[in-house]
Amino acid sequence: MPSDEGQDLIDLTREICAKELRPKVDEAERAAATGESFPTEVFRALGAAGLLSLPQPEEHGGYGQPYEVYLQVVEEIASAWMSVAVGVSVHSLTAYPVATFGTPEQQAALLPGMLSGDQLGAYCLSEPLAGSDIASMTTRATRDGDQYVIRGRKAWISHAGHADYYTTFARTSDDGGKGLSCLVVPADAEGLSFGAPERKMGLHCDTVREVMFDDVRVDAGRRIGDEGQGMAIALSALDAGRLGIAAAATGLAQGALDLAAGYATERRQFGRAIGEFQGLQFLLADMEAAVTSARATYLHAARLKDAGRAFSKEAAVAKLVATDAAMKVTTDAVQALGGAGYTQDFPAERFLREAKITQIFEGTNQIQRMVIGRHVLR
Amino acid sequence: MNIVVCVKYVPDSQSERTFQESDNTVDREATDGLLSELDEYAVEEALKIVEARGGGEVTVLTVGPAAAADAIKKALQMGAHRGVHVQDDAIHGSDAVATSLVLAEAVKKATDGSPELVLTGMASTDGTMGVVPAMMAERLGLPQVTYASELTVGDGTVTIRRDGDTASETVEASLPALVSVTDQINEPRYPSFKGIMAAKKKPVDTWSLADLGLEASQVGLDAAWTTVVTFAQRPPRAQGQIVTDEGEGGAKLAEFLSAQKFL
Ligand SMILES: Cc1cc2nc3c(=O)[nH]c(=O)nc-3n(C[C@H](O)[C@H](O)[C@H](O)COP(=O)(O)OP(=O)(O)OC[C@H]3O[C@@H](n4cnc5c(N)ncnc54)[C@H](O)[C@@H]3O)c2cc1C
Ligand SMILES: Cc1cc2nc3c(=O)[nH]c(=O)nc-3n(C[C@H](O)[C@H](O)[C@H](O)COP(=O)(O)OP(=O)(O)OC[C@H]3O[C@@H](n4cnc5c(N)ncnc54)[C@H](O)[C@@H]3O)c2cc1C
Repeated sequence: MPSDEGQDLIDLTREICAKELRPKVDEAERAAATGESFPTEVFRALGAAGLLSLPQPEEHGGYGQPYEVYLQVVEEIASAWMSVAVGVSVHSLTAYPVATFGTPEQQAALLPGMLSGDQLGAYCLSEPLAGSDIASMTTRATRDGDQYVIRGRKAWISHAGHADYYTTFARTSDDGGKGLSCLVVPADAEGLSFGAPERKMGLHCDTVREVMFDDVRVDAGRRIGDEGQGMAIALSALDAGRLGIAAAATGLAQGALDLAAGYATERRQFGRAIGEFQGLQFLLADMEAAVTSARATYLHAARLKDAGRAFSKEAAVAKLVATDAAMKVTTDAVQALGGAGYTQDFPAERFLREAKITQIFEGTNQIQRMVIGRHVLR
Repeated sequence: MNIVVCVKYVPDSQSERTFQESDNTVDREATDGLLSELDEYAVEEALKIVEARGGGEVTVLTVGPAAAADAIKKALQMGAHRGVHVQDDAIHGSDAVATSLVLAEAVKKATDGSPELVLTGMASTDGTMGVVPAMMAERLGLPQVTYASELTVGDGTVTIRRDGDTASETVEASLPALVSVTDQINEPRYPSFKGIMAAKKKPVDTWSLADLGLEASQVGLDAAWTTVVTFAQRPPRAQGQIVTDEGEGGAKLAEFLSAQKFL
């Protein structure tokens, strides 16, 4: 159970969701499917309320909230607007390397901006030919005096073209996974350009594009951690980021369940509300069990993290369980709504499309199983 | 400039509201309460005035049961500086006349008898009488400037714009004054998480009737000039009228609208 302060924070999130997110989500997601619109003003509102910088330490402008509370906020946002919840989680991911591996000087220089609520970050890890296999990336950062020159191409980058900085991983030596480094690239760096937005199945307001680095020069002082430490930083960030995705998937599933339960009490067939049929009740009961167990796994991992204990395996379990739950629950929500669930008049079909990506990004669920399996056999 | 903002704690208008069978007063236990949304505009306006002038304190004042502390908390989270909660079991069932008496006395006590500016909403979202501001102004001997959709504080004066059906009036009054504001005046801010944490450290005074020098007999159900005799749930809204367009749909719509006096 969250503290009083945590509860106040969750209440604030609910209010902002009710007034700012829910009224806009349907229209915004529809508009973004064909155009390039991005909910900048929604992120500004969240930032002004403090919701873009909850888990980072207070001395740098964060709010020092435990992951247990931060993740419940992400879940709450996801139940209103999945793309925005993913955006909040991705933003946290982009600040994580500096907050965790940066020198005190780098933290003092970079974090106040990143955590001000006015900025949004992008996380540049994946490449067209290096997705699950990060260690095979080819984007290169070559040292030139007190600068690095970055050349290469990143793929699937959330917030690309809208972000204020790009937390980027690039190769500094040919040493496979041990040859990567992490650099924070400002959005106005010369040589940085973006592809057209990907035409996706859903999550339309999470604009995703390729990011091209054409001899982009970055001061060496913006390298986070040592040369060669990039892979370790990326994996550590993903452990935390996976919890954000697990929480978002749980919120999405909760939203779908609420929709289905509401519909089941109103829709009548055979002379009564369809929710009175045991066949449908069991469907709803299984959905509830899936949501509750998803929530339990991410909270468990969060508590371990908050206590400073190892949580990598539990984060992978949470990501796997919560995203599979989201897929199942959103599919069943469409079923509970019948034909209406298959139309765009109800958000059930959108929930289903949004659920699918959660099984893919921040490590596919096959990769989560690899992580879990490795821990089990250790 | 120091500003007192009167805020009412009301049942959430999104939930089912009902009356208690026992004394025909609003059942405040059955539903969640909150800061009356129309009063958020008054809080926001006060904060803007103080911020623009670079100084001064905003005091939020509520008269209500223990749970009404939530309304004060919300206003403090938005940025108000201190709270005053008048809470006394004897106040239960008070009518507008008695409520205005308690509020006026509390304003005096909170400002050592010399308020500079008192702001209120235009009406509560539950009682919606909209008379409390006028009654308070009378009791405090202040100019009452109501339904402000724009407010400017000048040198010893306040100027407001009041939008009517046919005209917009500009009204000026000398300070000190009492101003009620509409939902057109601004866009109330959300509390920030910083504001939430800061609110915990802000002072809130809780006063009883005795603290205000009032007697129980001056307020409450027995002192009320009006009573609610009976209540009934409004029947669900009847189905609307459907106009099928068979060539003269436009004319039929116009007919309907003029019959309802919309045209
Ligand atoms: C909407 C969206 C947003 C994204 N945002 C970002 C972002 O902000 N930043 C970023 O860096 N990336 C981002 N990504 C990229 C995402 O993380 C990758 O798509 C993901 O890691 C998978 O990589 P891939 O697409 O190359 O798939 P591949 O790695 O090619 O995988 C294809 C299939 O093979 C399976 N597979 C691969 N290797 C194995 C194995 N060893 N064992 C078993 N199965 C295996 C996978 O599970 C998958 O089913 C985003 C993607 C999308 C769609
Ligand atoms: C459904 C209903 C019917 C009622 N009918 C009557 C009736 O017929 N006659 C009668 O005399 N009383 C009646 N009352 C009681 C009356 O509402 C209360 O006495 C109330 O405090 C005064 O009016 P209001 O809520 O309409 O306030 P309004 O005059 O609508 O409120 C205007 C502003 O005054 C301030 N304010 C009002 N109340 C408070 C408060 N408690 N604390 C702080 N600020 C406040 C707020 O800034 C508010 O925006 C009724 C109450 C209800 C809920």
